[in-house]
Amino acid sequence: MAAAILRRVTHTTAAAAAAATPRVSPLPLLARGISDSTDTITVETSVPFMNHIVDPPSRSVTTTPHELLTFFRDMSVMRRSEIAADSLYKSKLIRGFCHLYDGQEAVAVGMEAAITRRDAIITAYRDHCLYLARGGDLVSAFAELMGRRDGCSRGKGGSMHFYKRDANFFGGHGIVGAQVPLGCGIAFAQRYRKEGTVTFDLYGDGAANQGQLFEALNMAALWKLPVILVCENNHYGMGTAEWKASKSPAYYKRGDYVPGLKVDGMDVLAVKQACKFAKDHALENGPIILEMDTYRYHGHSMSDPGSTYRTRDEIAGIRQERDPIERVKKLILAHDFATAQELKDMEKEIRKQVDDAIAKAKESPMPDASELFTNVYVNDCGLESFGVDRKVLRTVLP
Amino acid sequence: MFEALREALIEEMKLDPTVCVMGEDVGHYGGSYKVTKGLAEMFGDLRVLDTPIAENSFTGMGIGAAMKGLRPVVEGMNMGFLLLAYNQISNNCGMLHYTSGGQFKIPVVIRGPGGVGRQLGAEHSQRLESYFQSIPGLQMVACSTPYNAKGLMKAAIRSENPVVLFEHVLLYNMKEKIPDEEYICCLEEAEMVRPGEHVTILTYSRMRYHVMQAAKTLVNKGYDPEVIDIRSLKPFDLHTIGNSIKKTHRVLIVEECMRTGGIGASLRSAIIDNFWDYLDAPIMCLSSQDVPTPYAATLEDATVVQPAQIVAAVEQICQ
Repeated sequence: MAAAILRRVTHTTAAAAAAATPRVSPLPLLARGISDSTDTITVETSVPFMNHIVDPPSRSVTTTPHELLTFFRDMSVMRRSEIAADSLYKSKLIRGFCHLYDGQEAVAVGMEAAITRRDAIITAYRDHCLYLARGGDLVSAFAELMGRRDGCSRGKGGSMHFYKRDANFFGGHGIVGAQVPLGCGIAFAQRYRKEGTVTFDLYGDGAANQGQLFEALNMAALWKLPVILVCENNHYGMGTAEWKASKSPAYYKRGDYVPGLKVDGMDVLAVKQACKFAKDHALENGPIILEMDTYRYHGHSMSDPGSTYRTRDEIAGIRQERDPIERVKKLILAHDFATAQELKDMEKEIRKQVDDAIAKAKESPMPDASELFTNVYVNDCGLESFGVDRKVLRTVLP
Repeated sequence: MFEALREALIEEMKLDPTVCVMGEDVGHYGGSYKVTKGLAEMFGDLRVLDTPIAENSFTGMGIGAAMKGLRPVVEGMNMGFLLLAYNQISNNCGMLHYTSGGQFKIPVVIRGPGGVGRQLGAEHSQRLESYFQSIPGLQMVACSTPYNAKGLMKAAIRSENPVVLFEHVLLYNMKEKIPDEEYICCLEEAEMVRPGEHVTILTYSRMRYHVMQAAKTLVNKGYDPEVIDIRSLKPFDLHTIGNSIKKTHRVLIVEECMRTGGIGASLRSAIIDNFWDYLDAPIMCLSSQDVPTPYAATLEDATVVQPAQIVAAVEQICQ
């Protein structure tokens, strides 16, 4: 049942996507049948888009009850998973670095709603929810976090290295900013092969000052690569506030000759609208920057309490005023697409799913010792791993 | 040699439409060493991409394109410039296949001229073999003749693994007759240059020519050196090297890398680990001095190994 609920049918990207064929994914808790409704409603985004050398898209976004409920469900799964990961980390089942995405779910979910699985997404290390949005399953995600054999990278990548090739999700990168040129390379390949698809190249406000970003942007603009640079601006680069790191925190304007939009990243409909607009723009005119104004409730990673450089009031305030899940919930309740009790039941069901997935992931064993040497090279020459002395290196682990 | 490299590129680009070239001045300028001359006219601007001067990001772009299914050949105008792309080469190129659990392969070729040239100055005379050596997931080869340049370039392009192909600034104008038929050199094999009985001399790239020059003198003096061009810098071809050591029992390594942490240092360890019982004398390793390459001609000559030193070393080993 977990798999059924999480299965996402590929979207089309026609302008009337909201009125497209109803999707298969069942929402069994909602007995009233509203979940399958494709009657469109129009909602205004929370704030207008701020724009830089491009006319912004309209503030009015069309959506359907089904879509809103899907947003609610997907974001709740992500929120629940990240909180669960927090507990797992504190119980020392997840080690090393763990960067959590709670608060930022609207970016992942809104983006996914605007594109297809043939479009590519690449991001940095805050990648668990992007993986889930791209169709990754909970068991593989938790198994990877715990370093088990059934993880999405066979336990060898860890939190910062989630990938899903068949869904065109390119990871999962630990070094700040290094993924931006990679994303432009993916877009280059898309243009080279005339695929008609785009790449969403995500980075943070901290990475926005990396030189390689501007180098890559220059090349993308020169060759009109279909890449969309998405700055997930959560206002803090680890412990450094954006105004302390960037002379110009208007990241959507920093492309200079590249157009940009600033989007309320906590409003999933605004994200969806902007991403759809950006995809059309990129296919016609080359790169565009989207700055998602978002927020992370956790610290930079699990080793950062997140309160030494910002006040608890600030965090609580954002949670109160701008939480993405609450916003969608209010919209659903206001339009009477579900009752509060039904949504609560849904949340309970999701909690159970996540717990079940964790239990299943815990059963997965550690990778076999021989896995140390597999996948270092593509198995071309019949060798699995070789050092300078061309011997297949094997070691006996105690 | 540049024509051989170019021929290899043309042949592979004709065979496989996903092979593309990117680098500074590779397109309309024809390449700073003419390796890509004429390719842009043949294959178009997208397949032979002139990049801005941004090594870090165009190497990253090449790697991203490889993740998505292309087979880019990334040129560093001088190998030393690729130090700017070290993060991309190490973390993304070398490690992505592993950290993704085998999902993505990175079939890039990273190539460019390195080595000490004619008074090019310290920053343009670097030998990056030693810096890239430890990166897991990379393969490294060094070409030294037009024949093996073409063969290794073709093999590198066809390999599913990332390969760094080290060319040498002073060898581009070498001429040699090479076969018309298609051929490929094995990436992991060493080349027997001159069979012999008394001592095994292991070398690669430009130093091969210094060794062969020294060999003439040595032959006149009555020695019979066996010269092997190791070609594959990572992994070493210990099969060929081992067979040679089992025959001669004496080893001299002649390289252009620095003494500290160079290819010779690793090769020496590998030989000691595997062939200790076969050695009759300590392994000698002649490397460049651990100094920035000076501009003055006499000083530059003293930085690298010269044939006279090789002769003296062989005489010492064979005592």
